Amino acid sequence: MTFVAKPRVHHPQLPLNDLGLNRRDYEGAVSTLCAGCGHDSVSAAIVQACAELSLPPHRFAKVSGIGCSSKTPSYFLNASHGFNAVHGRMPSVATGANLANRELHCIGVSGDGDSASIGIGQFAHIVRRRINMLYIVDNNGTYGLTKGQFSATNDKGSTSKKGAPNLYEPIDLVSMALQIGASFVARSFSGDKQQLVPLLKGALLHRGFAFIDVISPCVAFNNHNGSTKSYDYVRGRGASVVTADFLPKDFIATAAETVVDYAPGTTETVALPDGSRLRLSKLDESYDPHDRAHALAHVLEAQQRGEVVTGLLYVDPDASDCHEILDTVETPLNALGEAELCPGQGALDRINAGLR
Amino acid sequence: MKATDIRDPSYFHKVVDCQWACPAHTPVPDYIRLIAEERYTEAYMVNWESNVFPGILGRTCDRPCEPACRRVRTEEKPVAICRLKRVAADHKGDITPYMPALPTRKNGKRIALLGAGPASLAVARDLLPLGYEVDLFDRDPAGGGMMRSQIPAFRLPADVLEEEVDLILNMGVNAHFNYEITSMKDMLDMNYDAYFVGTGAPRGRDLDLPGRQEVDAHISIGIDWLGSVAFGHTHSISGKVIVMGGGNTAMDCCRTSKRLGAESVTVVVRSAFEVMKASDWEKEEALDERIPIVNNRPPKEFVHENGKLKGVVFGCVKAVQDEASGRLRYEPTGEPDVYMECDHILMAIGQENHCPWIERDIGLEFDKWDCPILDETTFQSTHPKVFFGGDSAFGPENIIWASAHAHQAAISIHLFCQGKDLKGDRPPEGLNLISQKMGVHEWSYDAEHDPAQRFIVPHADKSKALGNIKVEVELGFDRALGAREAQRCLNCDVQTVFVEPLCIECDACVDICPMDCITFASNGNEDDLRARLTAPAENAEQDLYVSEELPTGRVMVKDEDVCLHCGLCAERCPTNAWDMQKSAIHIPQLGTYAA
Repeated sequence: MTFVAKPRVHHPQLPLNDLGLNRRDYEGAVSTLCAGCGHDSVSAAIVQACAELSLPPHRFAKVSGIGCSSKTPSYFLNASHGFNAVHGRMPSVATGANLANRELHCIGVSGDGDSASIGIGQFAHIVRRRINMLYIVDNNGTYGLTKGQFSATNDKGSTSKKGAPNLYEPIDLVSMALQIGASFVARSFSGDKQQLVPLLKGALLHRGFAFIDVISPCVAFNNHNGSTKSYDYVRGRGASVVTADFLPKDFIATAAETVVDYAPGTTETVALPDGSRLRLSKLDESYDPHDRAHALAHVLEAQQRGEVVTGLLYVDPDASDCHEILDTVETPLNALGEAELCPGQGALDRINAGLR
Repeated sequence: MKATDIRDPSYFHKVVDCQWACPAHTPVPDYIRLIAEERYTEAYMVNWESNVFPGILGRTCDRPCEPACRRVRTEEKPVAICRLKRVAADHKGDITPYMPALPTRKNGKRIALLGAGPASLAVARDLLPLGYEVDLFDRDPAGGGMMRSQIPAFRLPADVLEEEVDLILNMGVNAHFNYEITSMKDMLDMNYDAYFVGTGAPRGRDLDLPGRQEVDAHISIGIDWLGSVAFGHTHSISGKVIVMGGGNTAMDCCRTSKRLGAESVTVVVRSAFEVMKASDWEKEEALDERIPIVNNRPPKEFVHENGKLKGVVFGCVKAVQDEASGRLRYEPTGEPDVYMECDHILMAIGQENHCPWIERDIGLEFDKWDCPILDETTFQSTHPKVFFGGDSAFGPENIIWASAHAHQAAISIHLFCQGKDLKGDRPPEGLNLISQKMGVHEWSYDAEHDPAQRFIVPHADKSKALGNIKVEVELGFDRALGAREAQRCLNCDVQTVFVEPLCIECDACVDICPMDCITFASNGNEDDLRARLTAPAENAEQDLYVSEELPTGRVMVKDEDVCLHCGLCAERCPTNAWDMQKSAIHIPQLGTYAA
């Protein structure tokens, strides 16, 4: 808990984005999480991504559940809409929000407890419904708010701060998301903004359900030598398979960038709905980020070797999202008039006739 | 880049921009905090120790500290450092308990101080507590030198001046006033153990233009005229007055003329307004008193009739920036010359140190500009017994330089009298770092950033001020305003100290820093690193603080330029790798370091 207020004054040369806003305009309240919490870096990365994309901060819906992670929507995008739901029920609220107003960017922030334990049912179903949103899990493998019990994503054999080993197999949310139909799946690390920020940008602009599992160390309870979710462990065992660079709409490669020597077949660009692109660079030529089964197999194999696979693991830019599946109306519900929302007895009669 | 050596006292000293810029290196944030705590007496003593004349300087200093203030770079206007110094002086209590103890037994060494200005007085103050016998000589009837003779009472009231001058004289100086020194040889014959020359720059420059001789009775040299006003020989000035020159003396001359009854006063300057030597606030005050300042007009001729001054002819020039050197030069505009009527001219176009009374055959050498040849560290002349300081050393400067010179000269005199080496035995600078952490989220300094704008010093009613030369124009901050202005200080002496082995590279400090000062990056040379930081470090005058290599192979780089010293990096650091530590820079002074 920090008592010194963050001064409003900023660096005199802080750049303005296309909306005339600077990065500080995208911040929220000062974090009340423990000093050094990875979640704060995730919030800072969201602030940076949204500012650099010039997205209007008041056109966001932030939703979360319960837990350290779920406090973080207070710490970014102060000017936006937000809803702090009950434990594990963020997906329901996100679904409702996105169906009601498809024009808002929807960011859900959850944790490994909120999504992999109490909310695992909700998580599974929001993935398969492909709600058009960015779903972030701040994954630290522990219940920090209740003083450090193992969470469901904690690896078997990893120990508590006092040294007791975890006896159970972990739930891997990335594998789940791949299996159930997410169209953008990535894993990243709170301590690597160079990787995380472009992934966030791609995910924010992706049409469909974008899932990012961010390993975000808990400095208070799970940042010790026996942990597999510590700063040191992830830095030492993390292996990026596909890195993403965000290329804005008006991106023109500079001379320096065109001479970067990518091995043949290892780079490609993926178009995003607003005309910008993601440039994917594969570190392993044989990895195919468009092959769901291949991605799933790679993640599982790496997990068995004790490696933490990071990067953009799977993306399908053409997949359908919930609005396409449900054939929803283009206009947000709050912009529809009474005539459209209550079409009258005649319309009801026609529907009923169609069901006979 | 190589890791920064923070044990070098000059590294953190430089971060305290105001203290670094101050010739006397007064610990500014230290006394501003004391003012915020309403501990005026202690705030005054911090100043007195360092610059000797807080009440005087709080009104008259040229304030090299203020343009250096970090607040200029983070927001816009600097902290009103100078006027806060005055707050300490105005509201202090009894300082006698804090005065240095004076030995009842003298140490047997006799020192002669020539001139009773700020430099000599400061040397006297440094030497007396060590038992030296100090004799002071001055041609004027009272002490203070140019502080008394050249600074008008509406800027520096006599009681403020006298209080601080007397404080030193009463420490046991044997003062010989009305003593015109005519020969250095005679002084040396008096066989003192050492001599300090602090006779200032008492010769005002003149202009030898056509008509100069004929109108001699109507032209006064600015500093001489101010002196005769100060000592009560001149009470009025009549008719139209032209003040020539663009420095602070010119501003004092024009404002004094206005108060002594001149029909009109005009300042005419040969150069552009922006490059005038006068301090900005002195120019503003003159303009505020509706005194016109005419620029780019070099004088050509004094026009006279029957021995009476009628006016001055000025040429018209414009400033042109020389492309090669970037310096300003002046070209005629081609406009016809301008004639300005006047009855009296005050010449304030500069002054020189001038020692005609020092014989040139006594082993004391002068350079080609007729300045004494001095060692810049020790202030010793080529005559080993004779030391210089203040304006007589390197030419006209501000009072604060006199204090700074005096401390060094006093150390030299002391070492000289003890038979020690003036350079080898000089005490070194030192540094203390003291953590300000009091509890988990508690700091012993006020870390919170105050976004307030600079507060304006209240002025006396203009009709009153312009009618009486003794009415001080600036009223100074009262306690409440002073406290609020003090709050604007960023506490730059509370340093961000980084301890590499504790860092887990969690980025918390990078994320929280409101000014984007901190970056973790791979090392490189300085230019390369400066370009790659979270916010590019374009101010090359401000250092980068670079750590040793961290476990990921990166280094921590902090750009000191716009750091608010708000302590949030330390506040958000989970491992105390960042700590806020108050740096106390020890600038050697006699007494604290007496050998």
